[in-house]
Parts: sequence; structure tokens; C-alpha cells
Amino acid sequence: MSSPKPKIAFYWCASCGGCEETVVDLAEDILGVIEKVDIVLWPVAMDFKYKNVEAMPDKSITATLLNGAIRSSEQEEMARLLRRKSQFLIAYGSCAVSGGIPSLANQFTREQILKFNYEDAPTVVNEAKTRPRLEYQNNGHTLTLPELRNVVRALDQVVDVDYYVPGCPPTPNITKTAITALLEGKLPPKGSVLAPNIALCDECPRKRTRPTSASFMDFKRPHQLLADPELCFLAQSVVCMGPATRSGCGSQCPAGNMPCTGCFGPTSRVRDQGVKLMSSLCANIAAKEEDEIGKVLEGIPDPIGTFYRYGLAKSLLRRKMNLPFSGERNGHG
Amino acid sequence: MTEKNWQPRIVAFFCNWCTYTAADLAGVSRLKYAANIRIIRLMCSGRVDPQFIVDAFARGADGVLIGGCHPGDCHYVEGNYKALRRFQMLKRMLDDMGIEEQRLQLEWISASEGDKVRTVVNDMVEKIKPLGPLGIPKKFEAWDKEMAELEEKITSSEPVAAPA
Repeated sequence: MSSPKPKIAFYWCASCGGCEETVVDLAEDILGVIEKVDIVLWPVAMDFKYKNVEAMPDKSITATLLNGAIRSSEQEEMARLLRRKSQFLIAYGSCAVSGGIPSLANQFTREQILKFNYEDAPTVVNEAKTRPRLEYQNNGHTLTLPELRNVVRALDQVVDVDYYVPGCPPTPNITKTAITALLEGKLPPKGSVLAPNIALCDECPRKRTRPTSASFMDFKRPHQLLADPELCFLAQSVVCMGPATRSGCGSQCPAGNMPCTGCFGPTSRVRDQGVKLMSSLCANIAAKEEDEIGKVLEGIPDPIGTFYRYGLAKSLLRRKMNLPFSGERNGHG
Repeated sequence: MTEKNWQPRIVAFFCNWCTYTAADLAGVSRLKYAANIRIIRLMCSGRVDPQFIVDAFARGADGVLIGGCHPGDCHYVEGNYKALRRFQMLKRMLDDMGIEEQRLQLEWISASEGDKVRTVVNDMVEKIKPLGPLGIPKKFEAWDKEMAELEEKITSSEPVAAPA
């Protein structure tokens, strides 16, 4: 018998399932991958028991591709377990890399989130105000549920991460490159982001029309104009995260006539993607008087949601500062 | 430092041509002002990357002061306008992130206004004192504690090491 195939695990935490979709989007190429590896865990597509993973020797999984942010005790536990069992742990997709859209919840308390979802949301009918309990006794058995954390975290804020594959979701091309590098053992230094280290503008089809010195009279959101399909979004006064975002996605959004929203995260030269793009955009507002500048800035009604859409957990501030931080278990009521 | 004799720590980014020179003037004129600021000299207020400001807060600053030339007086023509525009947006973002607006201040102080350095710094210290420490590094520590309990639980309930 030939040497055993490398073992691969896919796991998901706080995510939407889009990252799993990308693995399937590899289309025929996935067959080539499956030929070369043994998938030992993939809850979205195949039936495995956590116990089987627990029983595996440490470091026996060649690589785990974990997607989703970490926001519950169960996800934390699985992240730790898979870290222990894997030689390489790969943060796969924006949520695992930098918190993603779930980490926008770091603007709210656990209580606000639970109250909205179990009581106040317009689609919820819950007169008894029932909330999930962490523990429940039934016929002498104790049933438990995972605890929601106060803070949403990126994977590397919980366990050590070897590589990062960014994107919401990561595109098939960079997924394929990452898996190929892994199987061929041609991996860059630990901690690398497996995507080009240059801004999206570099590969954007609209690059030629990028203004050499932008001067914003106002900011428009995509639904407020009929965007020219060839002109740089910045020349159309639309907030485009391209200049502060890593390339590698094939410029899918600009090609589809939508501005970049920043899912590939910053290049290695940028520490905080949100304020970096804010800095570049705002510096180029035409107005010079405080009131007029303020008026232009009204065109960006939700700066946190705009500039930190995929990365609040990994931003310099991580979470809203003046929120109460409830102690263990209090928040679930 | 105990809670009682806490003093705000303010990081000040002063431009080389106006505000830093003004602070120098305040010094040679022997003006006394609150010792709470740590001045960092930059060539222009337009060089103040908002990352510097946010990073200062994240590393424990209680306030950040930016000092530049008066509008129209920038040595590089437009730098102070860039600073003003970034400042206005950053203020909104910091407010959304729960950082009080008094903690970030932008002032135009020309090279001859040594006395203004004194009043601006003293005023800012007085405004921040009632807010108390921002203490972000301590918050980071407190937030991460919620993971420690689980780690302890897992390591203590660890079954015998899996066979290799």
C-alpha cells in the first residue's frame, strides 16, 4: 500500500455557509482534491462524530480549514480541539481571518443581541420571553447548550493559526492555490496570508480610470446612482474599499458593477483596514470648512459598517468600549 | 498608579512648523502647563495617520491631541485640511466605538502661540479628568478572561493522552 493520504478537515463556526459553498465551487477540481486526501471531518457535507476527532492522535490531521468567527463556548472548544489535532490550522474566510460580518456584533452587548433575537425582532412571537438556557434538567439528565460569548473573535484570537485564506467567501482560485501549496508542501512562512500582497486596484479592470487626485464633493451609496460600468468607483464618489484591500479575488465586485467592500482584508503594510481607507477617502474631500466637510461625510451614514464590514474583531479597538461586560452566564437570563 | 492619584496620559501629535515650535516657545518662555502630554513631532498634521491615533488609544492613552498650523498657513499648503477632514470622520467613528469625544482634540496653534499650547493642554487635561481612565489594554485583558475558564475546564478534564 502506498503511503497514507493526507487527512483534511473542514469545520465551521459562526459563519453563513458561504465558505463551504466555495469548496464545492471548485467544481471538477474538487474531485482531484478528494482523490489526493482523506476528509476526516466536514459537518456540512458528511456525517462525522466529534468523538472520532477526539480519539485521533494529536497532529494526525494534516490541515484543518476552519471558517467562521468564534463566538460561543462550543466553537472555542472545537477550535482548540482541531488546533491540537492538526499540523496546520488555516483560518478560511473573512470571519475566521478577521471576525467577518458576525464581528459587527462587537458594537452591542450580549443582552442586546439576545433580547432582539428572542423578543424584539419583528418576526419573533415569544410572549413568554423564553430564552435558551445553558442547563436543563430532564429525567435526571443534565442537558447543556453552548454559551454565547460577550466578544466575537477571529480564530487567531483564540488559538494559534498557521495560514490565512481571506475572502467572503474565499474565491475558488485562491482556495485551489492554497490547497495545492498545502499538498505539495510549498508553503510560505507561517502566518502568511495566502493571497497577493497588493491592493485590489492593481488587478481592477477600472484601474486606468482611477483619478490621480480624487476630490470628493459628496459620497454616494451604490443604490443612489446608476454606476458607470467602466469608470473607477472613486471617480463616481462611491466608497470603494479597493485601495485598502488585498487583491486575489479577480475583482469580482467591480466587474459586477459593485464597489469593493473589503472582504480580503488589508495588505501586510496596513494594520487597521478601516481607519486606513477612511483616512485616504476623507483626506480627499474637496470642502475646507467644518460644516461643509460634515455635510459630505453624511454620505457615509454608518462608518463602522462601511469601513469594518469584515474585520471589526481584528481592528485596533476590537469592540465598542463603553459596553458592559457581563460575567459568566448572566447574559443568558 | 492607584485609582486615586490617576492622571490622564495624553499623546500629542504636533506639526514641526507651527505647533511643535509653539510648544518649544512655551518651553523657552518658561510657561507652566500640565505635564500630562507626551509630544510626538511630525512634519505636518497631515502626516497624522488615523492609525496612530487609534493605536495610541489601544495602547493606553486617555486622550489624543493633534496640533497643526492655522488654515491657510500649512507649510505643505493642504496638510492641515486633510487632518481636519480625517479628524471629523474619526470623531464619529470613535463615538460609535464608545470613546468620548473629549478624548480626541484638534487645535490650530501657530509658532508664535506658546501661550495657546498652555491653555489647550490645561483645558484638555481638565476635560479628561472627570471621564476617568480609558484603559483599553485592561479592557482587552478583561475580555479575554472569558476564554480562560473554558481552557482550564478542558485541560483539567483531558482524557489520558491519545495514543500516537
